[in-house]
Amino acid sequence: MASANQTIDVAYVANLARLELNAAACAQFQRQIATIVEYVRQIGELNLDGIEPTSHGQPVYNVYREDVERPSLPHDPVLANAPTRLDDEFKVPRIVE
Amino acid sequence: MNYVPSIGLEVHVQLRTRTKMFCGCSTAYGASPNTQVCPVCLGYPGAMPVMNAEAIHQTVVSGLMLGCEIGTFSKFDRKSYFYPDMPKNYQITQYDKPLCLGGGVAIVVNGAARTIRLTRIHLEEDVGKSTHHAACSGVDFNRAGVPLMEIVTEPDLASADEAMAFLLALKQTLLYAGVSDCNLEEGNLRCDVNVSVRPAGQEKLGTKVEIKNMNTFKGVHAALLYEIDRQSALLAGGGRVVQQTRRWEPDSGETFPMRSKEDAHDYRYFPEPDLLPVVLDRAQIEAWRAGLPERPADRRTRLVQSYGIPVYDAGVLTADRAVADFFETAATRCGNGKAVSNWIMTDVLRLLGERNCTLAQCALTPETLADLIALVDRRTINLPTAKGLLPELFETGGNPALLVTARGLGQMGDADEISRLVDQTLEANPRIVQDFLGGKQAAAQALVGQVMKLSRGKADPQLASKLVAEKLAARKG
Ligand SMILES: [Zn+2]
Repeated sequence: MASANQTIDVAYVANLARLELNAAACAQFQRQIATIVEYVRQIGELNLDGIEPTSHGQPVYNVYREDVERPSLPHDPVLANAPTRLDDEFKVPRIVE
Repeated sequence: MNYVPSIGLEVHVQLRTRTKMFCGCSTAYGASPNTQVCPVCLGYPGAMPVMNAEAIHQTVVSGLMLGCEIGTFSKFDRKSYFYPDMPKNYQITQYDKPLCLGGGVAIVVNGAARTIRLTRIHLEEDVGKSTHHAACSGVDFNRAGVPLMEIVTEPDLASADEAMAFLLALKQTLLYAGVSDCNLEEGNLRCDVNVSVRPAGQEKLGTKVEIKNMNTFKGVHAALLYEIDRQSALLAGGGRVVQQTRRWEPDSGETFPMRSKEDAHDYRYFPEPDLLPVVLDRAQIEAWRAGLPERPADRRTRLVQSYGIPVYDAGVLTADRAVADFFETAATRCGNGKAVSNWIMTDVLRLLGERNCTLAQCALTPETLADLIALVDRRTINLPTAKGLLPELFETGGNPALLVTARGLGQMGDADEISRLVDQTLEANPRIVQDFLGGKQAAAQALVGQVMKLSRGKADPQLASKLVAEKLAARKG
């Protein structure tokens, strides 16, 4: 879990997320995120010993489906969504290694 | 200076489900590209994943077979990464709450038994399959979303041979558990290898190198031999090992560094909001434990005790669950475990190898083999006759007793009849008889061979051999 002192480097995260942000946007988000982090940090004032971090808001578990086949999408509409196709495959820039 | 390797493996195992991890698309292998896909496994915005109950079950069964502790609370997370084989830009996997923790795999290498510790087993989805061309790549998403179990070991393996033994033992257990077809040609088992070396006597592990995406056990073995040598030579020459990911090139038999960006491993895991946690209650886990199949090692011990066969035989027979099943059915039917074991280990496994097929594909049934052996045990036919019938039973099947009657293959067990054949043989082969009388013991065997030939292979070989010996002794007189 994130430590209380962790700051978030907006430019770095934007790069990870493949988002193009200019310097002004970076600075603006950096300020806004600092405010949000500061707000969330209040939770640290409580005694949280022995409390597991919550991953989901509702106490609902074990939502399954049976291992039964359902029809897949028809072939042509699937590839109609491809920016470019290569026979029956999605064509993408060459992947190295 | 002597260098000691430490090896850890991450084995990705495709589970044996009919459908994908989070959608109802088929997992069948070999369909034409992009025909087993839907909004979920193509990562369309808004499409919601739903867990395949059978994949959870099979992962827990694997964990129980491997002695893991089963997490009563488990959840899925998103692992962010950008690659054309993953249209969502994240893979659904398990980060800090996997389904299984700990466990181990027992191996024996050069007579030394060890247990290789497992760190964890988690469940995740496979990615698409990319094919590389000169100027572009093509992606097929049929494999995307197929359930993969990732089995992670501690860095306990100390040689390429141990890694090989581990993979074989793991595969055997998974086949016994019935949770994967473990078909390497179809990519059911893939492996990332972590390896470091350190000077002998040093406690702290050396800098590790990861070799990605190996899909043959032989490849893992060869890559490890190469990498252990490379790192040892580097250290011996005063250099140092750089932490990096490398790629195994089977054609040249070398590893090469992969070009990867520095932040490529910053996956920013976070809980998958579209999937609710898995909570397994103790009763459920214990019910699954009670239904587990016998482990290979337990079966080995039991076969030795129940059928009176040597430990070595039991090891060969249990290597493949289907072979062990075949053995037990046949041995129970004819009551001669040792003979069944001999027949399977020498003749049946050889025929399977020659024809390149499995027991299920050949026509020989355990009942047929048992009946054939019973005919020998009752001295209805002799062993060479029985061996002569096997290829036919293997190819087309049939009833051994009926074949023997129809072809008049019954053994000649009458002493007077064989005695006459021995007399004829000694008469017809004076030189061989002379050789024997001159002290050449092997000549007796040649005469027995002649008697067998004269009987068209039907004489009881033991009786023939006894009579030849007696009659020669009389001449020596
Ligand atoms: Zn799908």
